[in-house]
Amino acid sequence: MSFDIFLQYLLNGLMLGVIYAIVAVGFTLYFGVLDVIKFSHGDILMVGAFAGLTAYIGIAGTFDSPWLQLLILVLISVSVAAFLGALIARYLILPLQKAPPINTLLVTLMLGLALREAVRLFYPNGSNPKPFPRLLPTDGIALGEFTLRSDSLILLLTGIICIVAVQRLITRSKIGLAIRAVAQDSETARIMGINFRQIVLITFMLGSALAALAGLMNGLYYNEVNFSMGLLLGVIGFSAAVVGGLGNFYGAIVGGFLFAALQTIGAVLLPAIFPDVPSAYKDVFAFTVIIIIMGLKPTGLISEKSSERV
Amino acid sequence: MKLLITTFILSLLYSILLLGSESQIEVGGLVFLAFAVSVVGKKMGLMDLLAAAVREHPQFPAYASVAGVLITMVVFHNSHFALLMLATVLIYSVVCLGLNIQFGYVGIVNFAGAAFFGIGSYTAAILATYTAVPHILILVLAACVSALIGSILIYPVLRTRGHYAALVTIAFGILFRNFLEVNDSLGGPQGMKIPAMNLFGWNLSNGVEIAGYEISFYIPYLLIALVLLILSFKLTRNLERSWIGLSMDMVRTDEIAASTFGVKIAHWKIVAFTLGNLIAGMAGALYGMMTAYVAPNNFTFADSLIMVSIVILGGIGNPWGIIPAAAIVVILPEKLQFIQEYRFLLYAIVVILILLFRPDGLLPRRIREYFPGNKAGGEK
Repeated sequence: MSFDIFLQYLLNGLMLGVIYAIVAVGFTLYFGVLDVIKFSHGDILMVGAFAGLTAYIGIAGTFDSPWLQLLILVLISVSVAAFLGALIARYLILPLQKAPPINTLLVTLMLGLALREAVRLFYPNGSNPKPFPRLLPTDGIALGEFTLRSDSLILLLTGIICIVAVQRLITRSKIGLAIRAVAQDSETARIMGINFRQIVLITFMLGSALAALAGLMNGLYYNEVNFSMGLLLGVIGFSAAVVGGLGNFYGAIVGGFLFAALQTIGAVLLPAIFPDVPSAYKDVFAFTVIIIIMGLKPTGLISEKSSERV
Repeated sequence: MKLLITTFILSLLYSILLLGSESQIEVGGLVFLAFAVSVVGKKMGLMDLLAAAVREHPQFPAYASVAGVLITMVVFHNSHFALLMLATVLIYSVVCLGLNIQFGYVGIVNFAGAAFFGIGSYTAAILATYTAVPHILILVLAACVSALIGSILIYPVLRTRGHYAALVTIAFGILFRNFLEVNDSLGGPQGMKIPAMNLFGWNLSNGVEIAGYEISFYIPYLLIALVLLILSFKLTRNLERSWIGLSMDMVRTDEIAASTFGVKIAHWKIVAFTLGNLIAGMAGALYGMMTAYVAPNNFTFADSLIMVSIVILGGIGNPWGIIPAAAIVVILPEKLQFIQEYRFLLYAIVVILILLFRPDGLLPRRIREYFPGNKAGGEK
């Protein structure tokens, strides 16, 4: 394999890794705070991407500057997702707090299905993939055959900045302290005067906003969104979070990059080793490895300890 | 007894009317009628009366259901669509009985039900196309293949619990569908055709004439489905009533307590998981042969969710709830065309509402009764 192609795969893998890691961080936040899996996370991501797309269609005629358009698009998409996240926490997650965890998992799985179907049925022409606008500059730096396009670079950096920002927020800010306190022991946190309900809502809003960002990044990178993108991204994000160790912030990031690496390796190596196995098997390969890891390390690579949550 | 027989005749008439009705208004009216009757019945305490009557004659519902299916079959002997729907209901009930063993008894949620169903269908497709295995044996072989492939998952399922175990089955379901889509020798996204079932030299896809009546080719499939349903129903019922079911209940409710009492958790989980996949694979093989066609799109994650929702709708762990739930889930969208497009959305919303407001399902599982009908002097 030549160096240019290697670079291309590397960049693509990193890009995927960042998106997966952001999604996985959401799962980890929810699990840390409330011990629940919100499986509609992937579909919130999709709704965020569609909200961005709709916003773009609404403002494309009014504003010319792509940066301004991008800003508005991000704001709208993030706030729609955050609002939705808060609604879900308020009306589905909190009422089911006493129910067995599997009920919460099922409710959110079904909610994800409902969101997906709602977009498919009610968004104009929603069952077909939709082109996503190219808002970032596409000029690039040529490295031999490989061109490092500036839009990829911007997306990659944005993703990394997001992750670092969330990490800072959780470890350094007052809200982060409250989130960590609830994650560690919600009873005691309540006694200490933390508004439990509020912190849960904030966490869900934060996670959903991140999901919307991941959805936008995905849309900007592939220039396409479709109603079912959330399912696979959600499952991958969940796998990443679980493999990294649910409730562990760094585990989620490791898991996200690990999954992207597996997919990339699957795409590159499978056809190279077995000539008649096409690279389309990359997901099969990645999920197989994930199932194997789950068998070997049932609680994730960085195993869950209550003191290390979030 | 009178009450039971009246109920039986009324519900039989109702199902025949529903299956036979053509116009949307008729179907809508019938659905509304059912809704109204169940609300009024509940208010008047009819349900409790009925439940008491069933306790008196515990065998009655089983015979009545079989008789009902047979009568409906004779009524619709020549209408393909109604028979196809009836057979689909029976086959879906069989799959969900399998899932019920996993979910309702030992508490392993299998989010890959459609995948095991699909493994059965694809096995049937391959065996029927490329080999000369007798077709009735294919059902058995498909069941075994499904259980065998499922056994790959046993290790991770046993080692993990709760969310982690759910992930394993979700990942497997998606992996399976992905594999089918990219595998060209299995037909890729287009899927493959299955030759008609052949029983002892009799090609089931040719209709038959008995005493001058033309008989739909779905009838043999329907009868096989009925036999499978009876067998798997008996199996789940007996399982539930036996000490095995007791051990399984214990594994589900409290693993730690179960292990302190010497119940082998891993053992019962393996038994339940394998048994469930076996049943799902068998049903899948029959379904594939009946529809004569398999494609990856029939075995998506959403289909797995539908199967889980049938189990929940019917009342987790209660095999009796599954059949009406499967009937609602299969027949309603087919009959009400305007629902067809929205069915996944509707199911999703219905299941959310059930989990929020009636977490035990429509027909909740009762506490086990050791002395049915109170005959042996057990106290109420």
